[in-house]
Amino acid sequence: MSEQAASASADRDVILQIRDLHTYFFTDLGISRALNGVSLDVPAGKVMGVVGESGCGKSVTALSILRLVPRPGRIVRGEIVLHRLDRQGGASQMTTEVRLTDLDPQGREIRSIRGGEIAMIFQEPMTSLNPSYTVGDQIEEAILFHQKVDKAGAEERAVKILDQVGMPNPASLVKRYPHELSGGMRQRAMIAMALSCTPSVLIADEPTTALDVTTEAQILDLMRELQAQIGMTILYITHNLGVVAQMCDTVAVMYLGRVVELSTVDALFYDPKHPYTRALLHSIPHVGSRTKARLEPIRGVVPDPYTSVRGCPFHPRCDMIKPGICDVRVPAPTVGGGDQHQVRCFLYSDLEETIYEG
Amino acid sequence: MKADLSQNELLLDVRGLKKHFPLRHGLFRRSSGAVRAVDGIDFFVRKGETLGLVGESGCGKTTAGRTIMRLLAPTGGEIRFNDPRLGWVNLEKMTRKELLKVRPNMQIIFQDPFSSLDPRMTVERIIAEPLVINRVAHGQELKDRVAELLRVVGMRPEYMSRYPHAFSGGQRQRLGIARALALNPRLIVCDEAVSALDVSIQAQVLNLLEDLQSDFDLTYLFIAHDLSVVEHISDRVAVMYVGKLVELAKTDELYYQPRHPYTEALMAAVPKPDPRRRDRPIRLPGEVASAANPPSGCYFHPRCRYAQAQCSKETPQLDEISPGHWVSCHLAKGLQLRGILA
Repeated sequence: MSEQAASASADRDVILQIRDLHTYFFTDLGISRALNGVSLDVPAGKVMGVVGESGCGKSVTALSILRLVPRPGRIVRGEIVLHRLDRQGGASQMTTEVRLTDLDPQGREIRSIRGGEIAMIFQEPMTSLNPSYTVGDQIEEAILFHQKVDKAGAEERAVKILDQVGMPNPASLVKRYPHELSGGMRQRAMIAMALSCTPSVLIADEPTTALDVTTEAQILDLMRELQAQIGMTILYITHNLGVVAQMCDTVAVMYLGRVVELSTVDALFYDPKHPYTRALLHSIPHVGSRTKARLEPIRGVVPDPYTSVRGCPFHPRCDMIKPGICDVRVPAPTVGGGDQHQVRCFLYSDLEETIYEG
Repeated sequence: MKADLSQNELLLDVRGLKKHFPLRHGLFRRSSGAVRAVDGIDFFVRKGETLGLVGESGCGKTTAGRTIMRLLAPTGGEIRFNDPRLGWVNLEKMTRKELLKVRPNMQIIFQDPFSSLDPRMTVERIIAEPLVINRVAHGQELKDRVAELLRVVGMRPEYMSRYPHAFSGGQRQRLGIARALALNPRLIVCDEAVSALDVSIQAQVLNLLEDLQSDFDLTYLFIAHDLSVVEHISDRVAVMYVGKLVELAKTDELYYQPRHPYTEALMAAVPKPDPRRRDRPIRLPGEVASAANPPSGCYFHPRCRYAQAQCSKETPQLDEISPGHWVSCHLAKGLQLRGILA
């Protein structure tokens, strides 16, 4: 079909391809379907935002990519493909494909990818740094594991990368422990650690949520600058629509384990299609808009993860519901408003998804 | 800083409020200085208004809120509260026992809806507790009052016999609000009351707070670090930096025509939810000063891009530079600063 041809030609620009990903948690209370068919093409060299409320599956998507889904969770279906950049082959030539979903989560290959080709920054810089090792040791560990350098070379590289992320006095900083640093500096150290092996993909999971607004602005500025310099791909996970507007090129909106809308950042804010995206935008105060309009909350709550909603997962909270359709059938992702803009909603198409009951 | 307000319009009047935490070291716990968490702040709150109190972590906004509530004993200064029955009282002078008479009129809502409700108490007991302690109601009347409070915050009275763990973050925050409302207070201190909530739930709780304010004639001291939320809910906003107020003005004035360089930097840093408006932040060199060892002169001067020699020597006072607009900056009159739109 034409879809095949289209995806083949798009391969060149896609670095990470997620297809119909299902990650479930098998708990004593029942099965929690954290990811319920996530499909996403992450464009190379761009910043893609992933937004949604708690429990929508943003972080599980990140953990699935790195094969770090904790037990009792497991990827039950779907695939994640990394299009590996051939670094010798000149300008952005993708040569090999690595099917991350086929790898042994404890195996040698995924471990060389983690922190090497795909790095991650976590929300809590306090808990993701080891308090009993110096900042330098922790950055050097990654460098020594992934690159062919000796201890002195690794330290040199650590100092250089700390300098690059705007840390004052990097040479003395490598000898300090995480508790000696402020929140903003710890997050910079985390970014330095993530960047130390020049990854092609950086997954940032709420990297500024715990920070103050002036520090957040500096970290965002730094990440944008580094992204432009190095040309890496960033998958930016956040619930903050302000940060999305400032950081991202494209955005995926998630709801209950599915991507419900995928578009450019401009279209997301100026021409949102999915009723959930629209509702999200109406529910936040727009700072600096001079309007004191009443906020419009989304009615109801996100359903608990153990119950599966029949039909479109958003229909119980949707104001545009078409009875007899939305509460029975699940919409498939459809293209609407330019090929960049995808939406899963029966308002735009009758395309239906075949439901996987696993 | 009285402007031309009659005392009757005010509900709270704070003057020179200080809260220092002593630092002790060594075997004999000798005092070796203090963390000046709140270091002399002045402001008033009008009846029925919402005063936002913003600042970054460690600036003393939570300590200020708790000291005003007398959950902490102030080190110095005055906290005057206009009690509907007792008239103006000085909270800082009151004993525990005397405070009991004023407490029903001032309540607090906490940030964390998970740790601020006792997991071993039912919803009924949590909300009834203030009513029981103050002997306001008992028996069926008490139950009816709890049911009514639950309805007021948009929850079903049938939930009364459940425990907090059965509720989501947003619902728990509603329970915290119901408890704060139980004694029909005049002043509610909201300490990061919506910060832990998802955006759609945050909108529900903000709307609820606005409705309750008009229905019950409430006054809020709204402490938060999220400048978008504060702009939305506040009539006036006060900005704190290292234990001091640096600026206080009507919300629009503060956001669009800030007069303090720190406020300007805050406004530039807010991530605006508009991809067509991407501005670069103002780089603040260094870190927030330590409240245990603040710099000389203006506490902001080491990070201020406008700082001059005077700023490191003299401590600026909070002056009213135009009606209702207070700024603590030597250079305030001469600076042209960017607001949130610029």
